[in-house]
Amino acid sequence: MNASPPDAEALIAALAAQMRPRLAPGAALVGIYTGGVWVAERLHRALGVSEPLGVLAVTLHRDDFGRIGLHRESRRSQIPFDVDGREVVLVDDVLHTGRTVRAALNELFDFGRPAAVRLAVLADRDGRELPVAADFVGEHVQMEPGEQLVLANTDGRLSFTRARPA
Amino acid sequence: MNPRRSLQVGPDGKLRHLLTTEGLPAEMIRHILDTADQFVSVSEREVKKVPVLRGKSIFNVFFENSTRTRTTFEIAAKRLSADVINLNVGASSTSKGETLLDTVYNLQAMDADMFVVRHSQSGAPHLIARHVKPGVAVINAGDGRHAHPTQGLLDMYTIRHYKKDFSALTVAIVGDVLHSRVARSQIFALKTLGVPDLRVIGPKTLLPAEVERLGVRVFQDMSAGLKGCDVVIMLRLQNERMNGALLPSAGEFFKCYGLTAQKLALAKPDAIVMHPGPMNRGVEIDSTVADGRQSVILPQVTFGIAVRMAVMSMLGAP
Repeated sequence: MNASPPDAEALIAALAAQMRPRLAPGAALVGIYTGGVWVAERLHRALGVSEPLGVLAVTLHRDDFGRIGLHRESRRSQIPFDVDGREVVLVDDVLHTGRTVRAALNELFDFGRPAAVRLAVLADRDGRELPVAADFVGEHVQMEPGEQLVLANTDGRLSFTRARPA
Repeated sequence: MNPRRSLQVGPDGKLRHLLTTEGLPAEMIRHILDTADQFVSVSEREVKKVPVLRGKSIFNVFFENSTRTRTTFEIAAKRLSADVINLNVGASSTSKGETLLDTVYNLQAMDADMFVVRHSQSGAPHLIARHVKPGVAVINAGDGRHAHPTQGLLDMYTIRHYKKDFSALTVAIVGDVLHSRVARSQIFALKTLGVPDLRVIGPKTLLPAEVERLGVRVFQDMSAGLKGCDVVIMLRLQNERMNGALLPSAGEFFKCYGLTAQKLALAKPDAIVMHPGPMNRGVEIDSTVADGRQSVILPQVTFGIAVRMAVMSMLGAP
């Protein structure tokens, strides 16, 4: 079986339509590097969110830090709004094991105490290792064991590919 | 292969100890500075902590007292969530007759993951690094007149922050180069990063013999040496040097080698002024310069925490 990958552009529109009626007043979006930031930028525009977009680079909070070591990256977390008492929507491209979300939650709380945290993902795939669920899902995707779903950004146009690591 | 290099950098290319900037590859220096970038923002947050070294034990072993340097390492370790144990060994073990290595073996038996070592003898941190268990890292926090690599690296971070690129810079290091481990660490790092015009300025009595061999231009006339500089690094003149045979007096030194606004005007208009601290106002630097718009002395302190966090995180991640 080699199903065609989901249409990322169509999923952005579907996700925005799902979120529009359910966002609390004053809600803010936070994208998780790298793919999550691309998705969050698009949702931020489509939904006309007034708060500036936040970004999280969760490397320093990951539980596999000891195994994979420090990525050499200049990208850093930036939360340009007051987190306290606000509804925050975390945005990622693919929800897989749930470990990235766990790291993002830990890091987010270092900036303050949000009133609520929601999770929006473009694609929800199987393989969860932690009790994490998304509030907004573009599409549930069936994957073969070992298969990966990778988001690419070509001049602002998002697309998914299915890949098998060699 | 340079044995110093293999002691500091493992066969896998990872940092194992940080003992000196001499022979540290440019790529490794850039890696440390890039990693420090991430930690600058951590220190600006409400919760200034990340869990990178959670559960690790870092021993600050200071055979020579220095409250300030020890504090910067302590803050860096704590912001990485490590447990920090401070030991002023000068005041305890050695006075009871214990050898340096016995002290280290004892602390290692308490399951230390990292040692931050300051010692008045050049080479002491190297000796310790050669004898610790695999996986235990040593950071040199200043040894004798030899090296103070984290200070050298934080100075590189500061210069990169303000000047972006090293390849067209004119940098002057001014003052007591002879006794300065900071100057040595700066010179090696600046040469490795490709600074084309590196100058040392000072009286002959305070410059090491054959300092030119390190690839620097030597000036005894401060005005000539400051012309066209992008970066002016002032060194601390230690009090004990002022009364010795090397200098006539502190006043005389300030007249010839103290940085005043008039002298700084000879450097480029956007030149930055650095000092590793603690400063002697009115001895090596005038207050108007130390507090002036070109001074980056306090940002150096802030960047120093991030650079020490970078080094510790790279050494502490298995």
